[in-house]
Amino acid sequence: MSDEPNKGLRSPLRRKLLMGAAALPLVSILPRPSFGAGPATATVNTTGLAVTDTEVTVGILHSATGTMAISETGSIQAEKLAIEQINAAGGVLGRKIKFIQEDGASDWPTFAEKAKKLLVNDKVAAIMGCWTSASRKAVLPVVEQYNGMLYYPTFYEGLEQSKNVIYTGQEATQQILAGLNWIAKEKGAKSFFFIGSDYIWPRTSNKIARKHVENVLKGKVVGEEYYALGSTQFNSVINKIKLTKPDVIFTDVVGGSNVAFYKQLKAAGVDLSKQALLTISVTEDEIDGIGGENIAGAYACMKYFQSLDNANNKTFVPAFKKMWGEKTVIGDVTQAGYLGPWLWKLTCEKAGSFDVDKIAAASAGVEFKEAPEGYVRIHENHHLWSKTRVGRAKLDGQFELIFETADLIEPDPFPKGYQ
Amino acid sequence: MFGDYSIGDLGSIFVMQGFAGLILFSVYVLMALGLAIIFGQMGVINMAHGEFMILGAYVTWMTSNLFQSYLPGLFSGYFFVAMMLAFLASGALGMLVEWGLIRHLYKRPLDTLLATWGLSLILQQAYRSVFGAREVGVELPQWMLGSLKVTDSIEVPINGIFVMGLTVSITCAVAYVIYKSRWGRQVRAVVQNRIMAGAVGINTEKVDRYTYGLGCGIAGIAGSAFTMIGSTGPTSGQLYIVDTFLVVVFGGAASLLGTIASAFSISQTQSTLEFFMSGSMAKVLTLLAVVGILMLRPQGLFSLKVRK
Repeated sequence: MSDEPNKGLRSPLRRKLLMGAAALPLVSILPRPSFGAGPATATVNTTGLAVTDTEVTVGILHSATGTMAISETGSIQAEKLAIEQINAAGGVLGRKIKFIQEDGASDWPTFAEKAKKLLVNDKVAAIMGCWTSASRKAVLPVVEQYNGMLYYPTFYEGLEQSKNVIYTGQEATQQILAGLNWIAKEKGAKSFFFIGSDYIWPRTSNKIARKHVENVLKGKVVGEEYYALGSTQFNSVINKIKLTKPDVIFTDVVGGSNVAFYKQLKAAGVDLSKQALLTISVTEDEIDGIGGENIAGAYACMKYFQSLDNANNKTFVPAFKKMWGEKTVIGDVTQAGYLGPWLWKLTCEKAGSFDVDKIAAASAGVEFKEAPEGYVRIHENHHLWSKTRVGRAKLDGQFELIFETADLIEPDPFPKGYQ
Repeated sequence: MFGDYSIGDLGSIFVMQGFAGLILFSVYVLMALGLAIIFGQMGVINMAHGEFMILGAYVTWMTSNLFQSYLPGLFSGYFFVAMMLAFLASGALGMLVEWGLIRHLYKRPLDTLLATWGLSLILQQAYRSVFGAREVGVELPQWMLGSLKVTDSIEVPINGIFVMGLTVSITCAVAYVIYKSRWGRQVRAVVQNRIMAGAVGINTEKVDRYTYGLGCGIAGIAGSAFTMIGSTGPTSGQLYIVDTFLVVVFGGAASLLGTIASAFSISQTQSTLEFFMSGSMAKVLTLLAVVGILMLRPQGLFSLKVRK
């Protein structure tokens, strides 16, 4: 798989056009934006960021190598697509976005070091980056110390808020509660079995889910199990599930373990069309590895599915596939990655400046009406208002939308009564 | 926790749990066999073992794609072809690595650890560049999916039975090759005394190369089999490496029987504990037990008595 976008006709065309003086007048009628027509650099950049009259530099900071590359590749692709589209539409404040990509290499100290490099040496105006909570926690003190702006795409456990971060994925209550309500109502579910990977996100998410099941839905959690990251053997826990016969299996297993879990669940004869399973960690990206036949029938609860039927998504999906290949799939986090550059652009234009302090202040209330998920708006707490949706996995690896909340759900990173 | 269940229910759960333990045992043996040969017979600490397994998994993936496109009629049998190809591919790569890298390091066993670790990083990035960073899904023929209903409430996963059968046949084959065949005698002679073995006319270099190739080839078969129960991605091999070393070191490096005994005790301990407590705690207790036993018996469960 190549990481280079298909450049198409552009450069041969340009070479041809530049061949003779006769071509010169043609350049002006090409449908390519010209940069440098925005407000003066001195007014939009008072803090010494890498902004010239024609260009503004941002950083992309994800793992392109190491164990997390599986997940973060989609985010990198989405961010590059958004930047290219923004440039094609005239850039930000009349300036073309140039990006510097750094590799966090699935190693948290490397993330912090590279973030510092982007902010101190390259003076980037914003960073699109991080994926795991661990990498975000490593980068957070850096962006706060050097006053950078981070757009973070992953759904995560909440319990965090920073002037210097915009969280474009859902926090835990936003993602989980509506899904639990739906399955309790739809399936009459009373008993839940939780299984997750053993680290901060599943544990915090399950804590919230447990409180909700016990206090609000008046149901019962019949089992709560954690397996070390990378575990590949789930036969024992599957037997426990068979013994306790829960109405719903609620999972937040991640990474390679996911594949093992669903394959073994299927092999053990658990039929997901009869046994309800609600996952908050499996997107289209993961199904690629799990195999549609192993997970068909399971429900996933998040804010975006590639199959969403709305006008924005119908232009987004073909554009993404055109740039990255027909076979690529787009999961929830990939879409959230796509929101980052756009939200930053809209905020810069609202603030009339690239200055981080002005952007942090102007972020609240910025709305992006062309979001593939429909519509999003930034909350005062720097998370997004978004809808929560439940999809059912199909054999072909896509989700079929089953339910979506009527209204946007307010982000609540410090939920009362759930801690 | 058992108060609400009938005797019948409990009985069938215990039977299934027993099977879960046996399946884990087979998986461990299959994982560790290749490493036991390389580590045990040659003293090479092969950190790239997981990557040789994943090569087998990728070969299986490619074979399944080929069969789907060109021989859809024979798809139900592709897995056996894939395992053969996985053995050949991993074995060939193993021999190449032995020739290019390992043979220069025989006198410095600890350096093989570093060299093969570097090799594992190189292979991971190579897989990522060739096959993409995302995991691939290996499609299995219909008959290998699902479970066998023994009684109404006892179900045994078919892929588990398959892995068990495979483990038994490969273990027997390896035992035969090492302990009965002429070549196996040469291998054991080289292990016991390299200089004397050379003096009586054994081509020790060739023996080394084939031994390493055999170990890697078995890793390839294991990787192929594990596409049924696990993921196939550039770094999936890392998921197995720790457990693999655990089994081999605990068993006593130079002994095939030790590997089997160690896989059995670790898998049974773990799967029983997993049933009565959470997965992470089970792992912690298993590891603690292994550490404790190794402190008392540093040479592992079984060890070969060699006059040094």
